[in-house]
Amino acid sequence: MSEHFDVIVVGAGPGGMAAAAIAAEAGRKVCLIDENPAPGGQIWRGYERESETLSPHRMEFLRWRRRLAASGCATWNEACVLAAPQRNTLRIEQGAQCVDLSYGKLILATGARERFLPFPGWTLPGVLGVGGLQAFMKAGLDVRGQRIVLAGSGPLLLAVAASLTRAGARVLMMAEQASRQTLLNLSFHLALLHPAKMMEGVTCRWQTRRVPYKQQAWVARAEGRDRLERAILRVNGSDETIECDLLACAYHLVPNLELPLLLGCAVENGVVRVDEQQRSSVEDVLCIGELTGVGGLDKAIVEGQIAGNHAAGRTTQAYELVPELKKHRQFVQWLDEAFALRPELRALAEADTIVCRCEDVVRERLEACNSWREAKLHTRCGMGPCQGRICGPATEFLFGWDTRSARPPAMPGRVGSLAGEDVHES
Amino acid sequence: MRTECSAHFVVMDAKSDSMDKPFSIIVNGQDVSVRQGMSVAAAILSARQFSRRSMNGAPRAPLCGMGVCMECRATVNGTPHVRTCQLLCAECMEIEAQ
Repeated sequence: MSEHFDVIVVGAGPGGMAAAAIAAEAGRKVCLIDENPAPGGQIWRGYERESETLSPHRMEFLRWRRRLAASGCATWNEACVLAAPQRNTLRIEQGAQCVDLSYGKLILATGARERFLPFPGWTLPGVLGVGGLQAFMKAGLDVRGQRIVLAGSGPLLLAVAASLTRAGARVLMMAEQASRQTLLNLSFHLALLHPAKMMEGVTCRWQTRRVPYKQQAWVARAEGRDRLERAILRVNGSDETIECDLLACAYHLVPNLELPLLLGCAVENGVVRVDEQQRSSVEDVLCIGELTGVGGLDKAIVEGQIAGNHAAGRTTQAYELVPELKKHRQFVQWLDEAFALRPELRALAEADTIVCRCEDVVRERLEACNSWREAKLHTRCGMGPCQGRICGPATEFLFGWDTRSARPPAMPGRVGSLAGEDVHES
Repeated sequence: MRTECSAHFVVMDAKSDSMDKPFSIIVNGQDVSVRQGMSVAAAILSARQFSRRSMNGAPRAPLCGMGVCMECRATVNGTPHVRTCQLLCAECMEIEAQ
């Protein structure tokens, strides 16, 4: 059952949903593919459940959800793209079946993941991502009464602290590595051009007003026997120990570039290079959302609409949306500047600190290597099941390595699927 | 009794359940109370359990929550390498760290 679609969209976050709905509404045969059990991506995670409250964010999700359902778009959840076995074809694994799908246009909306930087103790159970903790909470983790420290960098810290507080957690501290001055600059820019985003930030801070929000502060190490018991934070140059149940620590976001790289899309400054119609350097492949610069929800939806229209051949409608893009791309730049990593963070990982969690490779062994490739060959760093998704961005920051390479499978899959043994074809 | 849970029984029971009625799954031999719609990784975390042991034998628990880091992979009903953050809890599930 190999099938052809006019448009395939990979990633059912806000951008992907918008792109798929628009292309399908224009009469194209569209398929929306996503790994998760339900559409929504990370930011709209869990909104499918009826028990969720009707926040403005969820209302927007429901609007796009309805449009998508009415558009006739085929949606495949819990489906993984493994490879691109030939031109304009993707190999998809879904449960026990494996299918090759061909496309006229492909829209990649694979989003971003958190950037993790190694520090002593970061592998202890109880240490997790900031967005990670948010995702687990949406997936049913009860945080009531839990003592939690949030650290790292980026707008997520404040947003997650607010939702943890609303859920009844005891957030003990937010530690942001950026300086107070860069955050003030960001607030100033936001107030001028994105007042709604600014208001969201102010609301989050109001909800977390009892939680100390430290700048120029970061986690020096985590300690505990077999699981986290305390975090040691460096605040204004001195160490502060906080007993806690959970430590959420991540440094802003990095785009999930594996699929664009696998297809050969040109990447510049860590993001996919696209034109104003979201076209990548590869014919018939468009990229949207965090892939083209970490800018969040609004940017993803605008880019999704442009790509959806373009892929459906409605270029006039696509061009009409282009003027809106400018302020979103500006926002990306401001975020990048505000949350740029300070060099002191490079010194957090000690000689015996694990950098590659899959293969337990410590920093000392990587220091002896000159490149990502050499590290892979000599230490197996980045060769485990995450395929360098976590340690790649970390070693880029620590050692300046270029870790961007991709080869199939894009995700761990069955050998038979890769070999094409059980691929259904007509 | 776990051994009495046939696939048929699981489906029927899941349908008749109200959304919020708790049930339990087993994580590393421990009974963990969960609710419909909860991910297995969230259940592992709420039980303060671990999902796998590293190459050097250290316990690891879910990290990224979005199917990227692979730290949450565990053996689910005998099938190894399941990303538990992408999997919803179901009755009679038995999770074993790998």
